[in-house]
Amino acid sequence: MSNRFDAIVIGGGHNGLVTAAYLARAGRRVVVLERRELLGGAAVSEQVFPGFTFSVFSYVVSLLRPEIVRDLELPRHGLQILPLESTVTPLPDGDYLASWNDPDLTRRELCRHSRLDAEAIVEFGRLMHHIARSVKPFLSMVPPDPTSLSPRELRGLLRLGGHLESLGPERFHALYKLLTMSSADYLDEWFECEALKATKSASGIIGSFLGPRSPGSAYVLLHHYMGEIDGAFRAWGFCKGGNGTVSNAIAAAARAGGAVLRTGAAVQQVLVRNGRATGVVLADGEELSAPVVVSGLDARRTYLELVPERELPGELLAQVRRFRFRGSSGKVNLALSELPDFTCMPGVGPQHRGAFSISPSVDYLERAYDDAKYGSFSRRPYMDIVFPSMIDPGMAPPGQHVASIFVQYAPSRIDGGWTPERRAAFGDAVIDTLAEYAPNLKSAILHRQVLTPADIEEKIGISEGNIFHGELSLQQLFFLRPAAQWASFRTPIRGYYHCSSSAHPGGGVMGAAGRLAARVILGDR
Amino acid sequence: MTPIPHQLQTTPFHARTAPLIRGHTWRRWAGHAAASVYDWTHEHEYAAIRNAAALLDVSPLHKYRITGRDATRLLDRMVTRHVARAALGQVLYTGWCDAGGKLIDDGTISRLGEQEFRLTSAEPNLRWLQRNAFGMQVTIEDISDQLGALALQGPLARTVLNAVAERPLDGLKYFRVMDNRIAGTDLQISRTGYTGDLGYELWIPAPAALPVWDALVARGADYGLTPAGIWALDVARIEAGLVMLDVDYQSAHRAMIEAQMSSPFELSLDWTVSFDKGPYNGRRALQAERERGPAWRFVGLEVDWDSFETQHARFDLAPALPAIAWRTSLPVYRAGRQVGYASSGCWSPLLKKYLALAHLTAPHFAPDTAVELEITIEHQRLRAAAAVRKLPFFDPPRKRA
Repeated sequence: MSNRFDAIVIGGGHNGLVTAAYLARAGRRVVVLERRELLGGAAVSEQVFPGFTFSVFSYVVSLLRPEIVRDLELPRHGLQILPLESTVTPLPDGDYLASWNDPDLTRRELCRHSRLDAEAIVEFGRLMHHIARSVKPFLSMVPPDPTSLSPRELRGLLRLGGHLESLGPERFHALYKLLTMSSADYLDEWFECEALKATKSASGIIGSFLGPRSPGSAYVLLHHYMGEIDGAFRAWGFCKGGNGTVSNAIAAAARAGGAVLRTGAAVQQVLVRNGRATGVVLADGEELSAPVVVSGLDARRTYLELVPERELPGELLAQVRRFRFRGSSGKVNLALSELPDFTCMPGVGPQHRGAFSISPSVDYLERAYDDAKYGSFSRRPYMDIVFPSMIDPGMAPPGQHVASIFVQYAPSRIDGGWTPERRAAFGDAVIDTLAEYAPNLKSAILHRQVLTPADIEEKIGISEGNIFHGELSLQQLFFLRPAAQWASFRTPIRGYYHCSSSAHPGGGVMGAAGRLAARVILGDR
Repeated sequence: MTPIPHQLQTTPFHARTAPLIRGHTWRRWAGHAAASVYDWTHEHEYAAIRNAAALLDVSPLHKYRITGRDATRLLDRMVTRHVARAALGQVLYTGWCDAGGKLIDDGTISRLGEQEFRLTSAEPNLRWLQRNAFGMQVTIEDISDQLGALALQGPLARTVLNAVAERPLDGLKYFRVMDNRIAGTDLQISRTGYTGDLGYELWIPAPAALPVWDALVARGADYGLTPAGIWALDVARIEAGLVMLDVDYQSAHRAMIEAQMSSPFELSLDWTVSFDKGPYNGRRALQAERERGPAWRFVGLEVDWDSFETQHARFDLAPALPAIAWRTSLPVYRAGRQVGYASSGCWSPLLKKYLALAHLTAPHFAPDTAVELEITIEHQRLRAAAAVRKLPFFDPPRKRA
């Protein structure tokens, strides 16, 4: 087999696969090199325990760009999105706050807590819809460099300016607030029900080392509103077979275009000659050559590990070193003999086809953040829990179930470092907290897998285990993602590109970075 | 433990209405299960509205009780009609606008006391009320669930009420409200409705809903009283030329773009817009609109029967009339160019005419203007001749007498 390609993609995560699929469709001979035996990066389904399949890391879909689904014909390659029913927030007093997939039922439920909020949420949703629509073009735009005067950048800036002007004052002001405020403060302007504010503000802390009262968290909230399924913003779905199906479908599309996908192929170094990428060398010494090398790894690995330091300007290296990863979340995957029976909503019902959110109050979330701020995992963490086997029965043996628990905060830099003991203690804190709301939980657990940011880094190589490949904070977005003047998916090394979530517009199983990188690569030749 | 609300809300009359609904033809109305029709078709239910008396459960309406020193000030600041001028016991039909003079909703305001009002609306308006009440001494209560509401509509409505109510209805004028008592329950009766006929609405404490229903049905039997659903009401309200939120216009609070919004002038509700009172939401924009003249008007269309029949005859078909009122948007043309759209339409069994409610741009809305309405025959889009008519189509003297 020849080792010469038109393009080499390092890392078989979903963005790398997206780039490869687009390049292959354009007729390029592409190879994807994945270190693990399994493609997908953070979007993988694995049978961690016999008979129990888990979306080990990322676990729901919404942000996946619809144009990718269309272009790559992902449904034909196996992607099937199933609806999530609801979000239920159990409350300490035994009550709950629920939002259902029907506006009338949701209104009825919210009226129990606050009639004002029941109305506000409709207006809020409408405004967020508008803003998500406004921001949508940015997601498929290569960020222009505002300090450059080249015609290409100016054209982008003009487009941007024109777009902002078309927002109108109400939406522009709201966008400005979302970019600058904390999610708790922003939601305070809208709602009075504590559990509602807390549950909504939780979207603003996911994947960031921020509390709901930290400025900047409102943007992360918006980021979660930009998802789109079948044309509806803020729609979250569950992928049949788990999130590995997303990666497998993209991989199948890439293969159909002729891409070669290799697993068990860890890249040691990118080969650079005369300021130009020429190929890669694998850990076992094998060399592959190509005029285009694309890194699907995070910015730190892309710039600081894969290429020799001397090939890059010092200022860029400094910026990348400062790029904040600070993983803040962990994951607990459970194999269950029966579903948790929530005290607030006894029995098995539609609630198990949706998410449970452990976010009773903003204070609760902020206290969870306090633990993390001072070097510990949250004793009583925020959790987002889904039961994929309730949506796709194939995920667990009949009558048994899997639970996917997203947990925050689990700081990557914990005092004393992550040890097996601390991991176990973290897992216990999660189970103990959840068991307060669902007392049968402990006896139902057959197996548990606890993943800390350190585990995420070790298993799939994301620096500090940050699920977004670097925080989605304002100073790390758009033309600053991952570094000023290098937000165009290009690097100072000719032929060396970057397509991961560390690049614009960030993570969340969007695939947008992978698609934009492919567009830039194809345009550069 | 709170039970999971997995069904639509039901009204206080559900125990009586549910057994009557033969085809389980429920629909949604403001989060409630409401009867589309009780019988297999709405023929008899509609006939009762125009010929005897029809009983409609209109409990899903949103209802607010507004009391306190600034109650009048709040309402006058919010709605387009002059509330301070309303007499005790008077009911006002009014809309309310955003700052741009575009309608948010419409409903009625009943003056129940010097400082006590009841507002009804199609959509929830608590948040809007509270935002307008900032700094005012006023109490706003959402009493939607505490109050059942029945509409008793038709030429014999007064006769039925006089047979069951403790106090006679003869003195109650059009758009007035009175305290009364039925089946031992204190309630209020207003001479209002959504049918353009003689009719009343009863405002009943929810716990006493069933006895009141029972009393009306028991005595009403002698006068042809018939429970009626939304299908029948829809035909009546089109004949009466009454606008419906989410059908004929969209709330400024829900519309996605400016073009989807309507001003009171554009809905031909000029008579509800007062300029002889202080500042209120949208006043400046409405003043400007009045001066330059509205770009749109809400008018009636009468489809020309011969044209309608001829179009069908080309297919060797008899004219096919809509079985129930439609609520889709159909383009309206004049001289080959689209000049607006119809938003509701039906066959009027009473007037024997095919009617539609339409939004037309200037200058095409003058009465008797000849236009064309899109119709579909055998999957083909065609046009039938129609004439612009002033609303309402049907306005019997008994409505006010």
